[in-house]
Amino acid sequence: MIWTEIKNLQSVSLKEIPNLEFHKLREQIVEMISKGCRLIQFFGEKINSGVILYVVLADDEQSKLFIASSNFNDGDSFDSITPEFKSFHLFEREFYEQFGIKPQGHPWLKPVRKGIAGISKEEIPYEFFKMIGEEVHEVGVGPIHAGIIEPGHFRFSCHGEQIHHLEIELGFQHRGIEELFIRNKNNPVYLLKLSESIAGDTVVGHAGTFARAIESLSENNISRRAMVIRTIALELERIGIHLGDLSALSGDVAYLTGNAAFGALRTKVINTTLAICGSRFGHGMIAVGGVNYDISSELKEKILDTINKLEEDVEIAAEVLFSSASVLARFEKTGIITNEIAKEIGMVGPAARASGVAIDIRSDHPFGGFSLFPVHKLTLKSGDVFARAYIRYIEITQSIKIIKEQLETFSEGELKKTSSELKPNHFVISLAEGWRGEISHTAITDENGRLRKYKIKDPSFNNWLAVALSVKNNGVSDFPLCNKSFNLSYSGFDL
Amino acid sequence: MLDLFKLRIRHGKQAIPNIRKAEVLETFKGFPIIDESKCADKCKDCKDVCPTEAIEVNPLRLDLGKCIFCGECEKVCSSGAIKFTNQYQLGSTNRNSLIISSGKTFEQFEEEAVDAKKEIHKYFGRSLKLRQVSAGGCNGCELELAATTNVNFDMGRFGIDFVASPRHADGIVITGPISANMAPALKDAYESISDPKIVIAVGVCSISGGLFANSNHVNRNFFDEIPVDLFVPGCPPHPLTFIHALLDYIGK
Repeated sequence: MIWTEIKNLQSVSLKEIPNLEFHKLREQIVEMISKGCRLIQFFGEKINSGVILYVVLADDEQSKLFIASSNFNDGDSFDSITPEFKSFHLFEREFYEQFGIKPQGHPWLKPVRKGIAGISKEEIPYEFFKMIGEEVHEVGVGPIHAGIIEPGHFRFSCHGEQIHHLEIELGFQHRGIEELFIRNKNNPVYLLKLSESIAGDTVVGHAGTFARAIESLSENNISRRAMVIRTIALELERIGIHLGDLSALSGDVAYLTGNAAFGALRTKVINTTLAICGSRFGHGMIAVGGVNYDISSELKEKILDTINKLEEDVEIAAEVLFSSASVLARFEKTGIITNEIAKEIGMVGPAARASGVAIDIRSDHPFGGFSLFPVHKLTLKSGDVFARAYIRYIEITQSIKIIKEQLETFSEGELKKTSSELKPNHFVISLAEGWRGEISHTAITDENGRLRKYKIKDPSFNNWLAVALSVKNNGVSDFPLCNKSFNLSYSGFDL
Repeated sequence: MLDLFKLRIRHGKQAIPNIRKAEVLETFKGFPIIDESKCADKCKDCKDVCPTEAIEVNPLRLDLGKCIFCGECEKVCSSGAIKFTNQYQLGSTNRNSLIISSGKTFEQFEEEAVDAKKEIHKYFGRSLKLRQVSAGGCNGCELELAATTNVNFDMGRFGIDFVASPRHADGIVITGPISANMAPALKDAYESISDPKIVIAVGVCSISGGLFANSNHVNRNFFDEIPVDLFVPGCPPHPLTFIHALLDYIGK
């Protein structure tokens, strides 16, 4: 065993991270993944005349994380792991794009984010897969889409109405976030606000993940009360987005009752977040060292009232939605991702759980309040739009229970503890289960205890390929429905 | 079927009846009241803590076009020189009016903020169709803009709608700091809209670049060439902020 074993949010000195030659690391990776480990992170950091590659694997059943590293010189190459394990495909592409270290034998070595010239200053054009044949045609959509959503380019290869292949070009939203983290390392307020803007629909998710990484590096144990408030905020975010998604999915199949009902319920939930922190999306809620806003006993009663009523309303609305024949006809057997594919490509979050993959950071690698309150993992089997819609409903119900439980165990405590300096030359990985799935932030500090590298992975990074695979052999008109059933982030991916 | 009726009855009427009089919760951070006379000598804590350089001292001013309404300045100021109210009506046709100086009241701001022109009312007063383009937006502004059309806010009742094609639009609503990769597409979309057309910048990223003003991957040349008709500050702006700004602008 050459790996250093850590837990989620356990910071480790850089000296303790084993560094080995890549072919040895590769053997180890293959062995670990074959034994059932899962890839969490695979990213590089530029050093003087080369690059360090950090690999983090997870043993979900035992709540363990394993890290190791390997050094490369500029211009090196390595044997791609993707032919054996497809979950590496995008990580290797990103590593190549940013540092020019080529994964030899990678079957699909295309740009990850448009216009990122890590190796050459020239932009590498994205070459779309071409399908040739009689009556075969291409449909190009984007970067600007029809609705009020973020941009990305979709290229469908179709035969008649049927989609045979979809390729998604991303990177249009690239704002250089990871770079901004390092450039502004001396401005803690800016960094926190930047983490809130990684994906504007996952404000609490990303800001919480960032805060916990910093707290781990400064050994700041936040109070129980702050933990509870964070958990409530995170679950409110999950409920709010899931309700919005059920509303939008209803809208996509022209089921206007569901569209209106779930939409109105969502407003109530995000207005509850507004009542706590002054922002419907939870901006300002999280502070490094705790939270900025308290939940008074009066507010607590209001929240309980709202979610008790919500519980009944959601049940009736879901009953109506999921028993409507016209809805089921569109949802069922549309955009199927089988359990095998979900595992193979390394999907995460509710989309993976809807395909029967039982992973949930809240119970596998507990963080914050979840280390005190275990969460039961919910899975469904069918992996279609129906499953991805229905899992949202049962997760809403679960989150309502979590919030009630948390509100009951409210204890006194400081809202915010001041953080001391970050430990120098340390590495920490902070994992969290946002509403979309596994969020991972990795921070590395320099000898002065300042951020030297900050790596962000939104769950969208794991799941975009699933969108492309789910629409295969479906009609073009089912694409919006499939896409919405995943509801992935463009900005979270593009960074 | 019975469940459907039950749902319909429980759902009730969700639309806000008189949107002009709608109020938001006390906790919401909107128009700031600035009182420089409370400032301690040479203290510039608020300026130092601001993540987007929205605050200037001597004289103390806060630029709503740069402010992300995080409230850090309010928290750091022990003497209460900056106080955010829950007034959400922040839209303005004049970039300079977004710079709030000491002593300015909300009523004064509201008076001068939106210049409702007669011809705008004539062209767009009864029907205004908008094309939204997210150019590096984080999905915060996008979600709030989408919310303006939901059952609560129901902006469609004023004849204002979002449309899929720029060819059907009377104007463009821009969110995000304009990532370099979106700059060409944004320009194309703008040019595809027929004249006369309006340009609306929604959210602090769009107005000033916000947190991304100094990013190397942002290209804001679009705004050098094309003037903005309406600014809607916020991070993200409340749906009511957007609707109010538009209603003021088209003179409704």
